[in-house]
Amino acid sequence: MARFLVLLWMVLSLPASAVAQDANAPIQKLLQEHGEIIAKSSRKTIGPAIDALGDSSLPKAPEVLQKWQDKELWFIKESGLFVYTEKVDGKTERMIDIATGEPIGEIAKRDLKQLKPNSGIRGMIGAALVKFQLRDPSRTTRLRALNAISRDAEETHLSALRDVMGDESDPEISAQMARLERLLTIEFGETEDERIAAIQHFEGDLGVDVRAALNPLVSVRVEAAEAAPEGEDVVRVLSPGSEDLSREDAYDILVRAELAKPRISRDDKRAALIANISDGEVAGIQVASLNSEDARDLAYAALAEQGTVDPVATEAEVDETLGGFVFFERYTGAPPAVALAAASVLNGIETKVALNQTADLALDAVSLASIYFLAAIGLAITFGVMGVINMAHGEFIMMGAYTGFVVQQFVPDHTLSIIIAIPLAFAVTFGAGVTMERLVIRHLYHRPLETLLATFGISIALQQIAKNIFGTQARPLTAPGWLDGSLVFNDIVSISYIRIAIFVLALLFLALFLFVMNRTRLGLEVRAVTQNPRMAASMGINPDKINMLTFGFGSGIAGIAGVAIGLYAKVTSEMGADYIVQAFMTVVVGGVGNIWGTLLGASLVGTLQKYIEFLNPSNTLAAQTYMILFIILFIQFRPRGIIALKGRAAEA
Amino acid sequence: MSELSAGAIRRKPLVVQYPSLLIFLGCLALFTVAVTVLSEGFGIGVISTSFVKTLGKTLCLCLVALAMDLVWGYCGILSLGHMAFFGIGGYAIGMWLMYARTELIVIESLANQALPPTAQEISDGIATQIFGVVGASEFPPIWAFSHSLTLQLLAVILVPGLLALVFGWLAFRSRVTGVYLSILTQAMTLALSLYLFQNDSGLRGNNGLSGLQNLPGLGDVPQSVVSVWFLWASALALGLGYLACVAIVSGKFGSVIRAIRDDEARVRFLGYPVEAYKLFIFTFTAILAGIAGALYYPQAGIINPAEIAPIASIYLAVWVAIGGRGRLYGAVIGAAFVSLLSTWFTGGQAPDVNLGFYTIEWVNWWTVLLGLSFVAVTLFAPKGIGGLFDLITAKRSPDRHGADLGPDAGALREKEAET
Repeated sequence: MARFLVLLWMVLSLPASAVAQDANAPIQKLLQEHGEIIAKSSRKTIGPAIDALGDSSLPKAPEVLQKWQDKELWFIKESGLFVYTEKVDGKTERMIDIATGEPIGEIAKRDLKQLKPNSGIRGMIGAALVKFQLRDPSRTTRLRALNAISRDAEETHLSALRDVMGDESDPEISAQMARLERLLTIEFGETEDERIAAIQHFEGDLGVDVRAALNPLVSVRVEAAEAAPEGEDVVRVLSPGSEDLSREDAYDILVRAELAKPRISRDDKRAALIANISDGEVAGIQVASLNSEDARDLAYAALAEQGTVDPVATEAEVDETLGGFVFFERYTGAPPAVALAAASVLNGIETKVALNQTADLALDAVSLASIYFLAAIGLAITFGVMGVINMAHGEFIMMGAYTGFVVQQFVPDHTLSIIIAIPLAFAVTFGAGVTMERLVIRHLYHRPLETLLATFGISIALQQIAKNIFGTQARPLTAPGWLDGSLVFNDIVSISYIRIAIFVLALLFLALFLFVMNRTRLGLEVRAVTQNPRMAASMGINPDKINMLTFGFGSGIAGIAGVAIGLYAKVTSEMGADYIVQAFMTVVVGGVGNIWGTLLGASLVGTLQKYIEFLNPSNTLAAQTYMILFIILFIQFRPRGIIALKGRAAEA
Repeated sequence: MSELSAGAIRRKPLVVQYPSLLIFLGCLALFTVAVTVLSEGFGIGVISTSFVKTLGKTLCLCLVALAMDLVWGYCGILSLGHMAFFGIGGYAIGMWLMYARTELIVIESLANQALPPTAQEISDGIATQIFGVVGASEFPPIWAFSHSLTLQLLAVILVPGLLALVFGWLAFRSRVTGVYLSILTQAMTLALSLYLFQNDSGLRGNNGLSGLQNLPGLGDVPQSVVSVWFLWASALALGLGYLACVAIVSGKFGSVIRAIRDDEARVRFLGYPVEAYKLFIFTFTAILAGIAGALYYPQAGIINPAEIAPIASIYLAVWVAIGGRGRLYGAVIGAAFVSLLSTWFTGGQAPDVNLGFYTIEWVNWWTVLLGLSFVAVTLFAPKGIGGLFDLITAKRSPDRHGADLGPDAGALREKEAET
């Protein structure tokens, strides 16, 4: 009963609602003019309708286009008027006027027809829409439109872009538009000259977008012909069996072009033989004897002679056939002139890219070197100056990093927490270092191998304790916001601010070390104790105290290095172990007992590692392997490091 | 005169020189017989097969500890690379075990096909089976000899031996000594393990080699029997290794290497080719380690690059130090004691200690205890567990060969020579 009432009401209200709609609104009139082709919705004929909407300056046009693209535009079958709709229930829709956006009544769904533009038409609508978006008053919309074009460019965008270019007032957007226009011209320009001019415009440009636009133009295809080819579009002649064109590939090209008999893969041959087994024999050959490729070739040839299978080329025939053809590469991405221009510009760009990559690599190497320097400087003090080998040094780095992590749990402000963490990390590891020196190392000063082992015991104990307290998962040590992001020179050369900060920190430590060693009483006493403990003691220096302080100082620096490394890598209980070998390498390569040696060692190790990684980018493990091997070899030639102490100090 | 005195100080037989040799070999034989009698495979089945394997593995660890003691305790080279040689031995035998077993499986599966398989098809089948996990289907060149047990057994000896020879020659030639050498050997170990961790190293990356406990062609023999076989082999290797080590450290050769440990420069000035001695010891112990590894991993069943990581070699040094370096039985005791204790603690069998506010779970705290006890041993008991035996022997007056036990700590080492 209720349904009947609704239906009745709808039937009654239908004419009224249709009348209520403003059929004379300009946008509705425009649509009505093209009503027929819009309703037909065919890609071939729809053009004028979209153009009419796109070229009209009606304020509602973009909205209509958008709704049309989103399949939200309907028309009333009876009157042919266009409306938007909202669903009321399964059978009823509420109509909304396209000119005013006001609801104008409800209608049965069967009286409406939805426009369902196919993807081709949606693309055309999108292109028309871009024109509006590019003129949109909102800056972000315009930028978004530019982005959309650069991601997925179409031929129609070019003219749209050219139309609006002159009217753009924002200089940044204007520049982007100009660049995009050039890029689109490369791809869609009408004449070759126009395209070549656009290509040459990008001479030496490092943008990834330029390379992305140029690379398809120089794509090539390998073809074969009986005579040496002529023509501009021939890139080069290849000989089969060379590195660029294997014999198999060359022959496959001939087979595809139906210039040669096909060959057969082992699997196919096997299948063919199996298909022809009868009474345990294939073409009179015992199946049991077919356990080598040669035997199978013979059997297949026998089958071919019987006419059971198609004959295939033998190796000799392949060679003969290959000899009769010339193989060459032909430009397929663009007309030869354009492709040549693109190739020459790409060449120039690639040289420049290589140069910039070298620069980027150098920056990376410097930043890695400063990390190694930070990790090694504390070791250079304890190992280099005191001659005490501290395998737990890596764990001091880890302790520093965890101190930073704990501080961040209590002090949420990242800048402040780092400022607190650095001295605190120094204090914690200084304390740990002094304790260790007092309890263990002091007793082992004349037994270096025992020191190594005892500190190793401490190292594994500390590592496991950290694991028990903080768990095995990596803990974050978040850098302050102002260290986010990177310093970008161009698309290739960039360096993150955090790496710059670490570099600065490394320089600071170098200065601090030099200052303490050369300009303070402590430094003087340390040097005295290092050179001759007994003489120093007779001069009133307490060697015990000095050793303790030196060891604490070295450990404290490890703690600060830990905070720095924690900012750049994750904090785990094993992070110390990851750096300890490299740190020792740095000290050993640089030369023991000399801070400049440590600096050189860090630079060498860092540069080397980055360089090997660059040669073999997929494999950092291999990079480390080769670097260690290199260092082992290096030590053969300079067993005492780059800067070796001479004279008596060397024997100490 | 010198000839005369040389004749006068005739070498006493090894057994007389080293009374501990007989005791050790006797204990080892007794142990082997006892385990055999108690095992499931050959005896009354009191000891489970997995424990027999643990014991067999422990014997292998004792053998590598013996090698470590020879190179460190006697020659003063703290090598942090012997577990790498151990691992290489394991990889060498593992390659054959894996190849041969996979070959049997592949041949069996191909036998049902219509055409008899070609050699290439078999090889491809094996390669796909073995290297499927690292996305390769061809044999890397390093597997060229894996089809032959003889060649791989040779590799067990030759690869660690050659590696040690080349590395040792480079290092000793440029007079890298002491902690430098330790760090260098550690770097070598790290480089090797990092290399093996790569998938394209040809040794299945971090998957390692697995299924090594199944002996090819002996699928019918139960593991309980195989485990006892390996126990015998390990015991035999340990016994022979001990004998060889005793032979080396006794007599003049042994005196020279101990002298190198105590004062290398002085020995060089006396005209001995120090480098040659060191190189011999380094290479010999590397081979010993390789053999131990080749016996260990078929019992463990799996080998992967983590086993070669530097920390393993450090643990080896820990065993030797705790057992007492500079005496061969000390290394054996240390390895057996610490590794068995470690198995007990990390196996979760040790009872947790409840302190009221915190429960010490030994699975987590065992490493801490080990690390700290290691420090304690280094500081307070440099002689290790083996030092306890001195309490017995010290009751007899030492035969000092006429030399005065001088005040200098260096001369005290003569006592070590006695054992």
